[in-house]
Amino acid sequence: MVNTGDTAWILTSAALVLLMTPGLALFYGGMVRVKSVLNMMMMSFGALALIAVLWVLFGYSIAFGNDVGAGLLGDPAEFLGLRGLMEDTTSESGGLPAMAFVGFQSVFAIITVALISGAIADRARFGTWMVFAGIWATIVYFPVAHWVFAFDSGDGSVIGGWIANDLAAIDFAGGTAVHINAGAAALALALVLGKRRGFGRESMRPHNLPLVMIGAGLLWFGWFGFNAGSALAADNTASVVWVNTLVATAAATLGWLATERVRDGHATSLGAASGVVAGLVAITPACSALSPVGSIVLGLVAGALCALAVGLKYRLGYDDSLDVVGVHLVGGLVGTIAVGFLATSAAPAGVAGLFYGGGVDQLWRQSVGAVAVLAFSFVVTYVIGTLLQKTIGFRISEEDEVTGIDLTVHAESGYDLHTAGAGSSRPVGSATQPSKVNEGSVSA
Amino acid sequence: MKLVTAVIKPHKWDDVREALETFGVTGMTVTEASGYGRQKGHTEVYRGAEYDVALLPKVRLEIVVDDADAADVVDVVAKSASTGQIGDGKVWVTNVEAVVRVRTGERDAAAL
Repeated sequence: MVNTGDTAWILTSAALVLLMTPGLALFYGGMVRVKSVLNMMMMSFGALALIAVLWVLFGYSIAFGNDVGAGLLGDPAEFLGLRGLMEDTTSESGGLPAMAFVGFQSVFAIITVALISGAIADRARFGTWMVFAGIWATIVYFPVAHWVFAFDSGDGSVIGGWIANDLAAIDFAGGTAVHINAGAAALALALVLGKRRGFGRESMRPHNLPLVMIGAGLLWFGWFGFNAGSALAADNTASVVWVNTLVATAAATLGWLATERVRDGHATSLGAASGVVAGLVAITPACSALSPVGSIVLGLVAGALCALAVGLKYRLGYDDSLDVVGVHLVGGLVGTIAVGFLATSAAPAGVAGLFYGGGVDQLWRQSVGAVAVLAFSFVVTYVIGTLLQKTIGFRISEEDEVTGIDLTVHAESGYDLHTAGAGSSRPVGSATQPSKVNEGSVSA
Repeated sequence: MKLVTAVIKPHKWDDVREALETFGVTGMTVTEASGYGRQKGHTEVYRGAEYDVALLPKVRLEIVVDDADAADVVDVVAKSASTGQIGDGKVWVTNVEAVVRVRTGERDAAAL
C-alpha cells in the first residue's frame, strides 16, 4: 500500500533537486567570461541529459542493487533497465514506491557530475566532457552512492554499502557521496587539464553576477528537496532537516561576508552567493544530526573556512576555475567532520558528537568516510582524465580557447546586444556563401 | 567646419546636453565609451582575488559646428562637464572637410 503523503513529498523533492542543476548552470555560467557562458551551462545540461539515461539503464542498479561483495558495489544486473520496478512493491504497512526512490536518487547523480564542471571552465572539449561524465558516473559516482546511500534492509535480505552500514558514518544527504566526491574529482581534473591561458594574470572576472545570484537562489530552493527529501518521508525528521538547512545556509552567508569584509574590505554579492552554497554543502551531511543552534555554528564556520579556502588555488597554482574545491570539497569536509563534534542525540539521527558527550567514536567514523571518498574519487578521476587527455584529447586548442569556447565549440554567442552587424543567414548545408563584398560590408 | 569631440564622465552628460541646447547646438552623436587617463582604472574584488580594471566607463560626444562656434562650444562642454575631480575627461577639435545631410543632399553649413 503506497503511503501517499510520503510519496507526494519525495516526488516533489525529486523535482526540486532536478531544478538545482539548471540553477547550478546559472550559478556557474554567470561566473565565467562572456565568451564561455554557454559552454559552462552546457556542461550542466549535458550531464543532466546523459546521467538520467545511464541511471535508468544501469546506474540505479550499481548503486542500489544487492551488494556483490564487501559493501563496494551493487549488482549491476539486478535492476538493469529498472526491470521489475514498475509493479507496486510496497508492503501492507505502507511505503514508498521503488520508482519514487529511483527518481529521487537520479537527480543526485546528475548534479554531482555537473558540479565537477566548474573546475574546467573555458577549456574542455564538450565531447570529451560528455565521455568523461559517463565514465565517471559509472565507476566513481554509482559505486560511491552505494557505499553511502544503500542501507541494509531490516530483514537482512538486501545488503548495502560499507560506509552506510559497516562504518556507520552519518552522511544524511551526500556530504561525502556528492560534495567531497565532486570536489576531489574537480581538483584532479583541474590538474589534468592545466590552467586557463592567462590564469592569474588576465582579468577573469565574472561577466554576470545577477545570473550567479539567481543560480544561488535556485540552488537553495532546490536544496530543501535535497536535504529534507532525504528523510524519504514527510515527517518530523524532514521538518528538522528543513529548518537546519535554512539556518546553516543563512549563517554561512554571514560567515563568508564577514570574512571578506575583514580581509578584502568589501562584502560582495559573489561572496553572498558563494556563502549560500558553502552553507548548503556543509549542512548536507549533518542536517539530521545537529540542533538548529548547532547548525548555525556549523554554517558560520563553513562560510568563513570556504571564504579562506578559495584563495588557495592562487597560492598552490591549480586552476580550479569556479572554486569547486574551495566550496564543495572544503565545505563537504567541514560538514562531514563537524558531525563528529556537533551531533546531538536529541536530533533525529540520535548520535552524540565530541562536544555533546559522545566522545570520539563518531568523529573517527566521519573522518574515515570522508577520506575514503576523497582518495578514491581523486585517484580514479585523475586516471580517467589522463587517459582521455592522452587518447581523444580533453583540452581545446589555444586558439579556440582565446577566441572563446562558445563560438569555436558550440558555434553560438551567449548575448546579442547589437542592432547592427548581424550579418545574413541561410539554412545549414546550403551552398550559398556570402560574397566577399558582402562579408566586408556587414562585418562590424 | 569643426568636429568637437568630448570624452566626459557619464553622469555629467545631462548637464552638458542642457548647456549645449541653451547655447543653440541642435544635435550630437553620443557613444558609450571606455577609457582612462591619469586617474587610471579601479580595483574590483572577486572571491578574494583583486582585479585591476583598466577601463572606466565614459561618454563620448561628437558635434560638428561652424568654424566660428567651435571655441564657444568647447568652452560650454568643458564648463558643464567639470566636477573638479580627476577623470573629468577631454575636449578636442579637428577640421571637417565636408558634411552631407543624407535625407536632402544639403551640404556643409546647410547640413548642420
